Amino acid sequence: MLGLLWLVPAIPFASALALAVLRFPRRVVAWIGVSSITVSSVVSLLVTFSFLHTPPSAISYTQVLWTWLDVGGFRPEIALYLDPLSLIMVVVVAFVSLLIHVYSTEFMIGDDGYARFFAYMNLFVASMLVLLLADNLLLLYLGWEGVGLCSYLLIGFRYRDPENGRAGRKAFIVTRVGDTALMIGLFLLYRNLGTLNIQELMQRASQHWHTGSGVAIAAALLLLGGAVGKSAQLPLQTWLPDAMAGPTPVSALIHAATMVTAGVYLIARTHVLYSLAPPAQFAVVVIGAATLLIAGFSALTQWDLKRVLAYSTISQVGYMFLALGVGAWPAAIFHFMTHAFFKALLFLGAGIVIKSLNDEHNIFRMGGLRRQLPVAFWTFLIAGCSLAGLPLITAGAFSKDWIVWGAWSAANGSGGLWIVAIVGVLLTSLYTFRMIFLVFFGEAHTQAVKKPGYAMLAPCVVLALLSIASGYLKTPFARFLETVLPWNTAGVHAAPITEITSEVIAALVFLLGAYLSYAFFLRRRAYATRLTSSTVGGVLHRFWFSDWGMDWLYDRTLVRPLVWLARIDKDDCIDGFYTGVARVNEIAWRVLRRTETGRLRWYAAGIAAGTIVFIAVVLFL
Amino acid sequence: MMSSIPMGHGLILAGILFALGLAGLLMRRNLVFILISIEIMLNGAGVAFVAAGSRWSQPDGQIVFLFILATAAAEVSIALALLVRFYHQHSTLDADAASGMRG
Repeated sequence: MLGLLWLVPAIPFASALALAVLRFPRRVVAWIGVSSITVSSVVSLLVTFSFLHTPPSAISYTQVLWTWLDVGGFRPEIALYLDPLSLIMVVVVAFVSLLIHVYSTEFMIGDDGYARFFAYMNLFVASMLVLLLADNLLLLYLGWEGVGLCSYLLIGFRYRDPENGRAGRKAFIVTRVGDTALMIGLFLLYRNLGTLNIQELMQRASQHWHTGSGVAIAAALLLLGGAVGKSAQLPLQTWLPDAMAGPTPVSALIHAATMVTAGVYLIARTHVLYSLAPPAQFAVVVIGAATLLIAGFSALTQWDLKRVLAYSTISQVGYMFLALGVGAWPAAIFHFMTHAFFKALLFLGAGIVIKSLNDEHNIFRMGGLRRQLPVAFWTFLIAGCSLAGLPLITAGAFSKDWIVWGAWSAANGSGGLWIVAIVGVLLTSLYTFRMIFLVFFGEAHTQAVKKPGYAMLAPCVVLALLSIASGYLKTPFARFLETVLPWNTAGVHAAPITEITSEVIAALVFLLGAYLSYAFFLRRRAYATRLTSSTVGGVLHRFWFSDWGMDWLYDRTLVRPLVWLARIDKDDCIDGFYTGVARVNEIAWRVLRRTETGRLRWYAAGIAAGTIVFIAVVLFL
Repeated sequence: MMSSIPMGHGLILAGILFALGLAGLLMRRNLVFILISIEIMLNGAGVAFVAAGSRWSQPDGQIVFLFILATAAAEVSIALALLVRFYHQHSTLDADAASGMRG
């Protein structure tokens, strides 16, 4: 059964190729696009059962397909590596992709380029699975760039609007900054350890490098740079809100559930390296903590439904980084799983709302939709509660409480981080319920004109069930993951509070956030208006709304100087040289064209003269 | 014997014929005369072959001359067809009239 592993990424890839090259009618396109992911998910399930039933020795399975290249001892293979970590990620990615593909068959029906959409989506899934299953960092990098490419293509999917193309380019360029760091990191690792195979790399790293050595820190920081770019963390998070220009299923799949967690996966995969580099691990903590707060505050001020969700995604991935940084590895992966379910569901619900209101994104113009879109309302509510962390019932609460607890109790945890995490819970609860109250409660401002069909509702219901049920998997999940990602117990210090206390406090904070949201956005909207119209409130609101001025800062410090430099540097000496070559050619053309008289006799004379010259050369030289 | 004429004379004749043909080719504007000039040049080359063949007492020179004759016949038939088309197009036989491909 495990031998079927290669089919998991291969089938979506083959389907993407077929959809890109051949022409099919829409019905067939949807059928191919969905069935390929279905087969892929079923195969991944078969592999999972086989893996659980008869665990391979060393609890990992490597499938070498072929040798990619073999140059001077550098011998990366196209090989798939399956262990509990990649297994969980693969299954979650395959199933969330399947549900979102089903949803897209109906959501995208009115769009041009239906086949193009499914080709890109399938290619994305294939790349993501390659990224997760890669046995060496080079293959991982291939998947990494593949998902980046698909992200770019799908953000700019409706390319007739130049704004969408701009958003796609921004996402590509900003993540490219991180990708470059990752690439340099790969060079550094290969140069020092002589391999790119992840398992060997981790082994050699712990043999050759002592804790806190400079090379280890540099390598870990460079990999972190890649992770920060892909996962939209501080300071490279600016691309994700703009990426919402893509169609909503794309936002759900790529920019919420799967691709943005690639950075989390990378760090978890190379966690040995981070254990060797405490400063780098501390950087992960700081980035995670700062991002989760900054994005949380930004999410509070957005009026575009999808942008609220985008900032929420940044904030939640920040939680995962925080968990990775403090050493609570399984908590990060668990939060990845629950987040994939509920955030995908939130986006799908948002897609239904936006589509039913004829592309209305402004949550202040929505309201009272709970009677008009009941299924969307209930599933959105479940996902929202999961995101905010409704205790005991929803999956999000289990995973987030685990992280909150880990922020204090894990190896690098501290009371300060715990407070940051708790403030994050408050913010999450605030912006989630603000969104729910404004969209679904209150008086109806608008009429839902398009009712969603079964293809759009069924995935929402399934995801809603998963958003609740997956939380109860925490204990088996932790035990399963333990073999590859042990909870970092080195130097664990007893936190002054117990796990239960931490959970109770988180629950109380959640309720406080929900109540504040209710007070400000449902009962007395005037409070919120008064708050934003006061001087301090207005400034803060604008500041948070503009993502803490990050876009402005980058525009002033990077984009404009670069554009200015390019403009003044347009006519430098190198350009002068090439212009000169062109000018010389032009002059030669002007002179030589006079010999082209079009007169036959001149040409004959030329041939005769040439012959005479040649004969003279032969005879006399 | 046949070799009463020295080879040098034959070659000089060939050279004169060739030069005359070339001069005609370059100077005449009428296509018919250009064709005739080419024929003269071909014959100059033929004379050179025959003279050389007789110098070495080999039949090859005369065989090559037969080839030249065949080539010249083929060339003339095509050239005359072109000439007719040319006259239809330009209503003249002036070679300089067809200078449409100047740079």
